[in-house]
Amino acid sequence: MIAYLGRRVLAVAGVLLVICAVTFIIFFVLPSDPALHACGKTCTTEQVDAVRAEMGLDRPVHEQFAGYVAKAFTGDLGYSYQNSLPVWDLLADRLPVSVSLALGAAVLWLSGGVLVGLVSALRRGTGLDRVLMAGTLASASVPVYFTAMMLLLVVVQHFELLPYPDYVAITEDPGAWAGNLLLPWLTLASLYAAMYARQTRSSMIETMGEPYIRTARAKGLPERTVVVKHGMRAGLTPIVTIFGMDLGGLLAGAVITEHVFGLPGIGQLTYDAIFKADQPVVLGVTLLAAFFITVANLVVDLVYAVIDPRVRYA
Amino acid sequence: MTVAIRSGRSPGRIALDRLRRDPAALFGGSIVALFVAVALAAPLLTAISGWDTQTFDKSAIDRSLGGVPYETFSAEHWLGVEPGTGRDVFARVVYGARISLLISVAATAVTVVAGTAAGLLAGYAGGRTDTILSRLMDLVMSFPSLIFMLALLSVAPDANRVLLLIAIMSMFSWPYVARIVRGQALSIKHREFVEAARVGGASGAHLLFRELLPNLSGPVLVYVTLAIPANIGTEAALSFLGVGVRPPTPSWGQMLDDSLKWYQVVPSYFIVPSLCLFLTVLAFTLLGDALRDALDPREARS
Repeated sequence: MIAYLGRRVLAVAGVLLVICAVTFIIFFVLPSDPALHACGKTCTTEQVDAVRAEMGLDRPVHEQFAGYVAKAFTGDLGYSYQNSLPVWDLLADRLPVSVSLALGAAVLWLSGGVLVGLVSALRRGTGLDRVLMAGTLASASVPVYFTAMMLLLVVVQHFELLPYPDYVAITEDPGAWAGNLLLPWLTLASLYAAMYARQTRSSMIETMGEPYIRTARAKGLPERTVVVKHGMRAGLTPIVTIFGMDLGGLLAGAVITEHVFGLPGIGQLTYDAIFKADQPVVLGVTLLAAFFITVANLVVDLVYAVIDPRVRYA
Repeated sequence: MTVAIRSGRSPGRIALDRLRRDPAALFGGSIVALFVAVALAAPLLTAISGWDTQTFDKSAIDRSLGGVPYETFSAEHWLGVEPGTGRDVFARVVYGARISLLISVAATAVTVVAGTAAGLLAGYAGGRTDTILSRLMDLVMSFPSLIFMLALLSVAPDANRVLLLIAIMSMFSWPYVARIVRGQALSIKHREFVEAARVGGASGAHLLFRELLPNLSGPVLVYVTLAIPANIGTEAALSFLGVGVRPPTPSWGQMLDDSLKWYQVVPSYFIVPSLCLFLTVLAFTLLGDALRDALDPREARS
């Protein structure tokens, strides 16, 4: 187990290093001059050269890369070209917003999606099953923009039930935190819950058809025990896999949702940085996102060993 | 008494017969056909409606109110006009369907060809080739793809946005096909019919293309019908975030981006492209689900 863990952690570091290199190359091989952006349109050639030297952009690429990686592993991701703030501080500033958005939405979609999927699987073939499945199919096809703008239009503008979303830290006022994030949560959750419901349904139907479920029923266990203790444990393991990957992807920012609702999270930071060619920030965000995704995968694999007795790591 | 004898039907035939009797497949299929027809006939449709994608109709918007359209839908502009400019929404939606379908179908095609090639090679060759290719797939799949696509597209030269989008979208999705194909190839490469062909002196190319490839078409076909709606969504997202196709080329994502400024005043302007996206994605998904069921040999044959 320890050896396995060690190998996996090394692999995560390797993946991050490669992603770091690829991102770096994108900004050096492809034409885009950060010095010009940082200096502004009115700069003379001499001024741009001076800025370039100051930013270390005149050194050989491999030297810049080695320097970057060495610093990145000590937590120094460089400084934003736009406002000269440390990238690490920018990320740390925005992270609570994205994490609040992702975790809140995850609670909603996991509970909603798994519940709908379970009911549908246990009532397979009935009218209720058909209605629920048609609903999830439709809900999974609704574009995020539509859900977001419709919620804003109806809930905020028409009925004035909630204020226009404006992030408030949970430490400041938990009520306002939840109230402001409710619409973005619903937007993300309606999309993901639909996918989870479908996944749960098909996986539960497959599990409930297994011989060991028949055995459990035959030995006279109450149906509740059969479903909860025997069916769900195996039937919900695939959900753990997709949940880890989805959450890992969302923690580093839901770009579209944050953009529509104007939430100052990592996604919005990415959006702004990309259009200002703010290379250190884009690199930082990409690394953070890759970090979340690879770590989420690792955690999923480890969780599997706990919940699925058939999986053992050597 | 006559007994209907069902002579041996090919698996493809069975799947097709099942699809024809599946209402969800028929519904999805007709919507897909409708959008394809609209995309192909775009110049004809705009000739009938009388407005192209670029003409500013100043008489349709109230300039004293910042360009709010006088009417939502009218006989003149069937789906209304773009707030601020007065361009015809019907024309832009119809031409947007072209871009959306062109990019998503082409990206899916490139993904499938590249993914099948890589997957076949990995599964058939095995050994070190398999290890290297599988590691590469794992690596590409752990890239934060949306952020990477955004970053790549924002620094890429502005030559041909459509080709660029197709290339970049396929770059991050081929491993998903490759994985499916690799698994299938591994499971059938030691089956009797392949061994028989090998013993019979068939060349490597014959084994790959005549024995293995035809047996992979089912899972790959299902992937195609489910990848197209995903790619439609990605194209819209990239255009929405400003790195997709460039104006004046109209696209649904761009319209949605623009509608963000107007959603409170002119809701129809975001509802129309949203509805198009919803219908195409739903239709392809229905078709894909039905196809998967139809090709599943475990389903009861009827």
